[in-house]
Amino acid sequence: MTLPLIVAKSLRQHLLSTVVTAASIALAGGLLMAVWVVKTQSNDAFTKQNAGFDAVLGARSAKLQLVLNAIFHLEASPGNLPWADYEDIAKNAAVALALPIAVGDNYHGYRLVGTTTNLFSVEHAPGRKYRVAEGEEFAAGYMEAVLGSFAARQLKLKVGDKFQPYHGLNFDPNQQHEEQYVVTGILEPSNTPADRVIWIPLEGVQHMKGHDAKAATEISAVLVKLKNPIAGRSLELMYNKQGNRLTFAWPIAQVVAELFGKIAWFDKVLELVAWLVAAVATGSVLASIYNSMNERRRDIAILRALGARAHTIFLAVVLECAAIAVLGMVAAFAVYLGITEVAAHIIRTETGVVLNAFAWHPILAWAPAAMIGLSALAGVIPAVKAYRTNVAENLVPVS
Amino acid sequence: MPLLQISQLKKSYAAPDGGTHAVVDVPEFQLKAQAQVALSGESGSGKTTFLNLIAGILAPDSGSIQLNGLELAGLRESARDRVRATTIGYIFQTFNLLQGYTALENVLLGMSFGPGADREFAKALLKRVGLGAKLNHLPRQLSTGQQQRVAVARALANRPKLVLADEPTGNLDHANAREAMALIREACRENGAALLLVSHDREVLGQFESVQELGKLNRAAK
Repeated sequence: MTLPLIVAKSLRQHLLSTVVTAASIALAGGLLMAVWVVKTQSNDAFTKQNAGFDAVLGARSAKLQLVLNAIFHLEASPGNLPWADYEDIAKNAAVALALPIAVGDNYHGYRLVGTTTNLFSVEHAPGRKYRVAEGEEFAAGYMEAVLGSFAARQLKLKVGDKFQPYHGLNFDPNQQHEEQYVVTGILEPSNTPADRVIWIPLEGVQHMKGHDAKAATEISAVLVKLKNPIAGRSLELMYNKQGNRLTFAWPIAQVVAELFGKIAWFDKVLELVAWLVAAVATGSVLASIYNSMNERRRDIAILRALGARAHTIFLAVVLECAAIAVLGMVAAFAVYLGITEVAAHIIRTETGVVLNAFAWHPILAWAPAAMIGLSALAGVIPAVKAYRTNVAENLVPVS
Repeated sequence: MPLLQISQLKKSYAAPDGGTHAVVDVPEFQLKAQAQVALSGESGSGKTTFLNLIAGILAPDSGSIQLNGLELAGLRESARDRVRATTIGYIFQTFNLLQGYTALENVLLGMSFGPGADREFAKALLKRVGLGAKLNHLPRQLSTGQQQRVAVARALANRPKLVLADEPTGNLDHANAREAMALIREACRENGAALLLVSHDREVLGQFESVQELGKLNRAAK
């Protein structure tokens, strides 16, 4: 009872420095947790994200470029492949489903991806297909479009609306096509990159006015679902080792993991910066309490004169530092949620990959424990000063 | 057996010239249980150091301080703290109230390190000193006389056997000083505590049956 009272009173008596120091802990702790969670979740989300497919077949190129273009709808297409290649792989006994896609146009920055209605039979997650939530699927050969949920929301398009696409993967207002598409449906959210795409019939992209005539018989890639994922090894051997015209990117997770492996150093730098900020914040606890020790000497002497043991005073100072960190870390969760929500919004807007700021991660326990522990440790230095306070000298002048 | 028995008590401080400066050198002093004794002493007579030695705030260089049968001089600092928390009440000239704490909290702290907080007893003490309506006032919200009353209540909060008072009326006007002295003496009597008071105020000293001159008691006094 006595120790909490002494700590609470001291926090209140030094309210401004308590608030400022707790705020610095909140910012540092929030940043530390956010860096860790965004890093880990984005790594997991990208490497586990395959949009329901096991592999991608495309023109000869780096596997990563192929996966980024065909699965994540990022990057430029590495080139086209003839329709016959789609027919070949679709007939392969190891393949459960082959989905041709063609890219090359956009509407206000959101990609138009031409494909077949087989899209709607793909399970992007166990038991969950790409289902039209509003309206209906597009019909092959018609100028109809089904929008991913995120694209529809951002573009403010609804069923029945009409739009004219623009040429190229990047939006250029001078490159508008003449064709007019009607929105027939909007997909339910899948939390995959498909949410950011405007899906149209394959023929739409192939026959768009202004496209190369060759495009009518070509596609950009084939998304492949295998009957047995292990069968990918023989297909990889066939396309990558024995041929030199096409690339078979399999397994998708490993291809993306290689990307994260290449930028692992960046993660390390971010971690280091976050820990440095945390160290500076706990240092501010030390500085704040230490600098106020002179004005606390009289109170300490009075407490000692009332019978408080020196180790009680020591403990009170350490607990005060820990209490500032506790207050700071409570606020740190608000900072964490703010940073993570902003990061998640940006990542979702750019890639369609969804992060969940409310998902559990061990850092959400470790960071508060570490910050509170470090702050208590930082409190040892002013606590030693408090412990050594000369009671007689600080009570009344010696006569 | 007296409550307080002091013999050959010495305390010196380091002097600026590198030598030592004797402040207390008391060959003999006794105080009976529940007795009320005043020590008269001017500045430099070592009165505060003498009281701090008895309270265990300072450790003597040599000599003996027996309080309630316990030898304080040989005790470690933490043990002296314990004795102070359970056996001694201290009233200071400057009151030494904790400014961030209410009157009630100041009194509660007076018992927290010893017998433990007893809210009802703390309230009763404040009521006894006439502050029953100002339990939650901070020291700055009280007059000087009222602050001294809180200090008196706090000194009695741990049910001490001995109350030490160092110039307790030094910061009060005559009327308040007279009232405060009466209160201190009555409160000590009611609670069965002995009172050892040092002062240089003749009016205060005049209220005591037993007055000793610290200048004569302390051979180190100037």
